[in-house]
Amino acid sequence: MRELKLMKGNEAIAEAAIRCGTDGYFGYPITPQSEVMETLMAEQPWKTTGMVVLQAESEIASINMVYGGAGCGKKVMTSSSSPGISLMQEGLTYIAGAELPCVVVNVVRGGPGLGTIQPAQSDYFQAVKGGGHGDYKLITLAPASVQEMADFVELAFDLAFKYRNPAMILSDGVIGQMMEKVELKPQKPRMTEEEIIEKYGDWATTGKTRNRNRNIITSVELSSENMENFNHKLQAKYKKMQEEEVRYESINCDDAEYLLVAYGSSARICQKTVELARAQGIKVGLLRPITLFPFPEKPIHELAKQTKGILSVEMSAGQMVEDVKLSVNGITPVEHYGRFGGIIPSPAEVLEALKSNFLEG
Amino acid sequence: MDIKEIIKEENIVYKKTSVLTDKVMHYCPGCTHGVVHKLVAEVIEEMGLQEKTIGVSPVGCSVFLYDYIDIDWQEAAHGRAPALATGIKRLMPDKVVFTYQGDGDLAAIGTAETIHACNRDENIVVIFINNGIYGMTGGQMAPTTLPGMKASTCPFGREPGQDGHPLKITEIVAQLPGTTFVTRQACHTPAAVRKTKKVLKKAFENQINKRGTSFVEVVATCNSGWKMSPVKANEWMEENMFPFYPLGDIKDI
Ligand SMILES: Cc1ncc(C[n+]2csc(CCOP(=O)(O)OP(=O)(O)O)c2C)c(N)n1
Repeated sequence: MRELKLMKGNEAIAEAAIRCGTDGYFGYPITPQSEVMETLMAEQPWKTTGMVVLQAESEIASINMVYGGAGCGKKVMTSSSSPGISLMQEGLTYIAGAELPCVVVNVVRGGPGLGTIQPAQSDYFQAVKGGGHGDYKLITLAPASVQEMADFVELAFDLAFKYRNPAMILSDGVIGQMMEKVELKPQKPRMTEEEIIEKYGDWATTGKTRNRNRNIITSVELSSENMENFNHKLQAKYKKMQEEEVRYESINCDDAEYLLVAYGSSARICQKTVELARAQGIKVGLLRPITLFPFPEKPIHELAKQTKGILSVEMSAGQMVEDVKLSVNGITPVEHYGRFGGIIPSPAEVLEALKSNFLEG
Repeated sequence: MDIKEIIKEENIVYKKTSVLTDKVMHYCPGCTHGVVHKLVAEVIEEMGLQEKTIGVSPVGCSVFLYDYIDIDWQEAAHGRAPALATGIKRLMPDKVVFTYQGDGDLAAIGTAETIHACNRDENIVVIFINNGIYGMTGGQMAPTTLPGMKASTCPFGREPGQDGHPLKITEIVAQLPGTTFVTRQACHTPAAVRKTKKVLKKAFENQINKRGTSFVEVVATCNSGWKMSPVKANEWMEENMFPFYPLGDIKDI
């Protein structure tokens, strides 16, 4: 039987985490995502599935607790919003460097600094370009509905374990706070210690038994030659993700003469813009990246060939637009339209921006 | 007499524990780290914990501790070892988990992680090597550097009021209800080495008995950082460090 519920995006993250068999959640409160930990604490999954939920003393601590748990081959996650995610960057680069799987949710709010508690998409660069020091990438998923908030928790874990790489769910205050109908998946059991040893025993710190060498989770390597080789290995992994894991949705793109590119809540707004434009006889399509890293370069490049102009719409001063431009590589004009600081653009406003950029003058 | 006639099982009076690897340690002669590593390895062997123990190494001179003790390891970012240990122990409560940290790691950059792990009753062992200096980065001032003591970032001696006071973090964690055993030892004499081994064993036993955080400080020498011969460094430690960091159990519940 299908289980449908009306819930907030943040609550959906928590419910999905329990149901997909997550072993541990470590977090620190921050608006607009505190409902994630609040829901988990209210659900008390340690009594049912055995999932550990712990409020840490800071985001620095929570991401490092995630490191410790992930190093044991466990399914562990954290969530936060922009200022907290900035604090996690040290932990994230260590996790990427140690090749550990984990899931980090960023329910983005406007910055810089303490900024605003209102929604924004201004952490795009931080999410998809690494964020911390060193050459690394996070698998970055961008949900555009409460349903996707729920579904992407398990997807993020699957990808994180497949590549032994941290995965980020890059959401925003709109998706985190809004309520929608969501179909919840049935409860999956957590993996047993034996299953973890069987699957991840070649790297996870599960206790050094006589039949194997000790497992060491580390990111330090003093030999430059080895460090360069390790970086080559990481780059090969990211290349494989670019080849195999690109996900996107295209809406009304077949006959599109103009293209909107938008993710997350901006994509929801742009969906309406497409309708408004088509009612006026303007053939507009929407490409919604679902994976921001790996970015849907090829589909955007292909669509650029048939379109007269592309508008990248973001709740930021213009971040994803750089990746759109790199994908398009000059074959058609690309512009950015954004509101920021917590302001959400209206569909009509986006249509105006499209017209003023490409259809007027 | 042939050497083979001497090396016989019945003649053995001392044997390196097999939990300690054969890798040659990178430490300077006279450094305390190697001695404490050996003690930890011996305790793990004697208590039969090799298959159960997960260690967390710090950023500092002992970053490569995982090369020397033959157990599973995680290497933490600077100061974050207690957070990693929390994640490990909470998810693997049947394993034995310890951190091993220097004074910069534990009492400067990682102060929050240290205090909060101790305050949450994390059932782990924290081993704290206090050499009063940043060994790895070349002898800068540490949170535990004594007043008047010279370091490369206080070349004329630490001046409290200007450079801050030495932090007695061990006395602080002893105040917290989450700690069950807090002690300060040293390894400057054979007797002191034996005593340190004894408290380490007790700390691991506490963990097996689920008694909360056990915190073992070892006042240590860093003769390169202090710019002294090993012998002189030991004397200097007795004369200067011990009066400020007195040895003995601070808390034992
Ligand atoms: C975030 C960060 N800041 C600074 C450093 C540089 N660093 C490496 S070890 C160290 C201090 C180590 O001193 P201590 O913890 O006392 O250990 P010791 O080397 O004396 O054993 C510092 C500052 C670093 N690796 N990471």
